[in-house]
Amino acid sequence: MIRADILRDIAPILRDQLVVCNIGIPSQELYAIDDQPSNFYMLGTMGLASSIGLGLALSQSKPVIAIDGDGSVLTNLGTLPTIGNNGDGHLILLIIDNGSYGSTGDQPTYTGRRTSLAGMARAAGCERVVEIDGSDTGAALTEALGTKGTTVIVCKCDSGNETMPVIPLDPVTIRDRFMQVVNS
Amino acid sequence: MSIHTRIVDDLIANDIRFMTTVPCKQLAGVIEEIDNRPEIRHVPANKEDEGMGLCAGAHLGGQRSAIIMQNTALGVTINTLATLIQFYRMPLPMLISYRGEIGEPVACQVEMAVHTKALLAQLHIPTYHFHRRSDVEELDGILKYCFMASKPVAILTDATFWKGELA
Repeated sequence: MIRADILRDIAPILRDQLVVCNIGIPSQELYAIDDQPSNFYMLGTMGLASSIGLGLALSQSKPVIAIDGDGSVLTNLGTLPTIGNNGDGHLILLIIDNGSYGSTGDQPTYTGRRTSLAGMARAAGCERVVEIDGSDTGAALTEALGTKGTTVIVCKCDSGNETMPVIPLDPVTIRDRFMQVVNS
Repeated sequence: MSIHTRIVDDLIANDIRFMTTVPCKQLAGVIEEIDNRPEIRHVPANKEDEGMGLCAGAHLGGQRSAIIMQNTALGVTINTLATLIQFYRMPLPMLISYRGEIGEPVACQVEMAVHTKALLAQLHIPTYHFHRRSDVEELDGILKYCFMASKPVAILTDATFWKGELA
């Protein structure tokens, strides 16, 4: 099971939620599978999906799903203590951990070796952390949506990407239509 | 009224309700004042680009946000400023301690001070330098300008400003 399979599985759950999606192929896959105005696609700025998700979760009352990757979390590890110590928003950090930098040619990350992102999230102060197999993502997401506060889901899957076109939307369009959903 | 109270009053009067900070000795008083104000949610960041991500999220959530940081960290925020704050056209007041200016005791701070205005100019970020204590009178107008333009705006505050020796 690769990331695109997971995104296809959970698309019906994501559809009605505020989603902040990681840079590169993850956003391209989500856009191609089920574009929604409630999806905030990151077109650049590797590593900040979880930070944007946290700021958003703390600034309004709707649940927020931040879809991140192992490589992106590793590049912004400071995010885990910030999330662990500011847990009063309804944030779900979904880390799709395929052990590789997918958008740059599937070079391995350290999570495929000795590093555990679930362990790091717990050590950073995140109270609810689950590590699951990719096929269980929908169930974990549904449970987290039903539970206030922060949940970190580390979802293990195989490395690999589907070939998707670059997102054609202008960034200001992405932001504007997203903010309209936030305000609705 | 202390300079810290004055600054935070202006932030609140401009509806800023979410702030992130990475500390600097010069900014300690302002950060302490922010923590005294229930109007502002203060989320300390571990790195300045992370902080800008938090501010971007707050903006998407409909809240005005701002960052407090030191100029030596400007380098780590270049990509975030260009590809997130500017690309998506978001307002972001940056209250920056301008280390490495007159009165600086640490030589290494000068090494980033000499690049600070050049980097901000290269990014086409409107930049204001607070040197005399009375320069704080501009803050309210700068904040209004920032949100009017939906751009990042830098306010560089140097050691002379914080000491308040020049009116």
